[in-house]
Amino acid sequence: MTLQMRAGDIATRVEAILAELAGLEGPLLPILHEVQATFGHIPSEALPMIAEALNISNAEIHGVVTFYHDFRQEPAGRHVLKLCRAEACQSMGSDLTAKRLQALLGTQIGETSPDGAVTIEAVYCLGLCSCAPAALLDGVPLGRLDDEKIIGILEKVRA
Amino acid sequence: MSTTTIFVPRDAAALALGADAVERAIAGQIAARGLSAKIVRNGSRGLHWLEPLVEVDVAGTRMAYGPVAAADVPSLFDAGFLDGKTHPLALGPTEAIPFLARQTRLTFARCGIIDPLSLDDYRAHDGFKGLERAISMAPAEIVREVTESGLRGRGGAGFPTGIKWNTVAGAEADRKYVVCNADEGDSGTFADRMIMEGDPFVLIEGMAIAGLAVGATKGYIYIRSEYPHAVATMRAAIDLARSAGVLGRSVLGSGHTFDIEVRVGAGAYVCGEETALLNSLEGKRGIVRAKPPLPALNGLFGKPTVVNNVISLASVPVILHKGAAHYQHFGLGRSRGTIPIQIAGNCRHTGLFEVGFGLTLREIVDDIGGGTASGRPIKAVQVGGPLGAYFPPQLFDTVFDYEAFAARDGLVGHAGITVFDDSADMLQMARFAMEFCAIESCGKCTPCRIGSTRGVETLDKIARGIDREKNLELVADLCNTMKFGSLCALGGFAPYPVMSAITHFPDDFTPARSATE
Repeated sequence: MTLQMRAGDIATRVEAILAELAGLEGPLLPILHEVQATFGHIPSEALPMIAEALNISNAEIHGVVTFYHDFRQEPAGRHVLKLCRAEACQSMGSDLTAKRLQALLGTQIGETSPDGAVTIEAVYCLGLCSCAPAALLDGVPLGRLDDEKIIGILEKVRA
Repeated sequence: MSTTTIFVPRDAAALALGADAVERAIAGQIAARGLSAKIVRNGSRGLHWLEPLVEVDVAGTRMAYGPVAAADVPSLFDAGFLDGKTHPLALGPTEAIPFLARQTRLTFARCGIIDPLSLDDYRAHDGFKGLERAISMAPAEIVREVTESGLRGRGGAGFPTGIKWNTVAGAEADRKYVVCNADEGDSGTFADRMIMEGDPFVLIEGMAIAGLAVGATKGYIYIRSEYPHAVATMRAAIDLARSAGVLGRSVLGSGHTFDIEVRVGAGAYVCGEETALLNSLEGKRGIVRAKPPLPALNGLFGKPTVVNNVISLASVPVILHKGAAHYQHFGLGRSRGTIPIQIAGNCRHTGLFEVGFGLTLREIVDDIGGGTASGRPIKAVQVGGPLGAYFPPQLFDTVFDYEAFAARDGLVGHAGITVFDDSADMLQMARFAMEFCAIESCGKCTPCRIGSTRGVETLDKIARGIDREKNLELVADLCNTMKFGSLCALGGFAPYPVMSAITHFPDDFTPARSATE
């Protein structure tokens, strides 16, 4: 979708987001979240527009976008799989689960598969530590990942 | 024909285990059998190893069944579970399940019982009684009540909440803020998430009381982006509270203004540190600020600001409703009231256990937790998240209390306990603590930014058997520098898991390990 979107469309939609949110106290994070929700990432064209509207420098915005793990500068795959890598999940074998999922999906953590089907990301805790190992697939929580659930993830990603 | 109420949790842990599919299956059976029953999506009771835990209200007693899979649903109906009849998944009356019966639920009194987004349910279970009483009191009296309750910051630092409020109340400013820290990033913790998903109005009530006490008119809840369900529930609850006149220009008709807005984090662990959180709310990188100035005097946008954890604020309504004496009657020493202990990781009975301070680690892990999920011996438990110490079984007589943990070079933190069985490699866990610190460091201070990376490298050398003694000494020295030289708890506390692993599990750091591998 993003690839086909012309620069003019991006500008129009970013302007609409700025008109809605620029008046908030401390508006930058809400704006960036909304831009990413709209485009799937933060298009580089959006940065000078935000800078202009908030009267801050491009460098300041670049600093913010690159500081937070959530903000992407490139589009993600059609599915996003967030695998918890923190201690509680480790205690239940999440390292092995992660290895298997990476092998089965042919994609490493931090990468998008060549066919654009899935992006795998590491997260440090989903608050599902009582049902580890845990993951979030397209925002849907998954707990106690076992063989059956791993197959379920593969089916969803390949559908 | 009377309508039976069936409860299927909407807590993210229940959803992660298939609660939505269970709800659909139950709705399907109700329709197919032409029954008169309704489904309420409640929060979680906190018995997570039994999730999805389905309950049926049978003549006023809630009967529990779990863990229920969608495939189990037809047989539940066949067995007559709407009348509380027995079934292989039947657990009896929910309140009588020992894990729940042994608890003291003050902060979590309603969680899992009510419909989280029903103001009527909330009111019917003592909701807003604390706020109503606070409205009738002078601000200084509210602060005194909180101080006398002995409530200490449940985010981990354990600073007395009333004293913090008193500083903000005494500050002169045209605008003050109440900021709720819901950036619950510590692995092994989920109490904030559970209360936001299971009883969001209690947090709103607590923040409104804080607003009245210190003279603040605006509140922010900073929720981590990893908690999309908590974000949605809190936002819906705030809208409902605003429509009902709980929030807005005149809180419950008192004439005091207070409103709340949810802000979502962006995946930075360090934003759980209060000054980094304030910078993030202001739209900046989540860089830690040097203290002083204290946020209480110079906080959000430079204004006096109360920054409290979710559980601290959610504990305020019951304190105001039942009085400081009632709350501080629980607990021991300087740790008063109750603490929601979160039992996580490789444990049989995982979940949330709210109780007065004072249990030993052994009682929590063995008696309540039931040992490991894998059935293997326990090797270690990490208390207090990724920056908390690893405790070996020989220290399981440690009492759950801020001072007792500090005396053993550990911390209570946000009260998460992660259990590891004997397959855990403590050198790798120490390395992970340093690696995590390196990934999440905000980069402002050198001990944390550089020290964490050097820590990973040095532990890798030990793992390869290179100059073991010399490198262990180096790690100890590095930890000392990080502990005393870092600006905040990220670099300052990362030495706890590292040094506790080295101290209590020396065998995992010996050259023999590399020979056997």
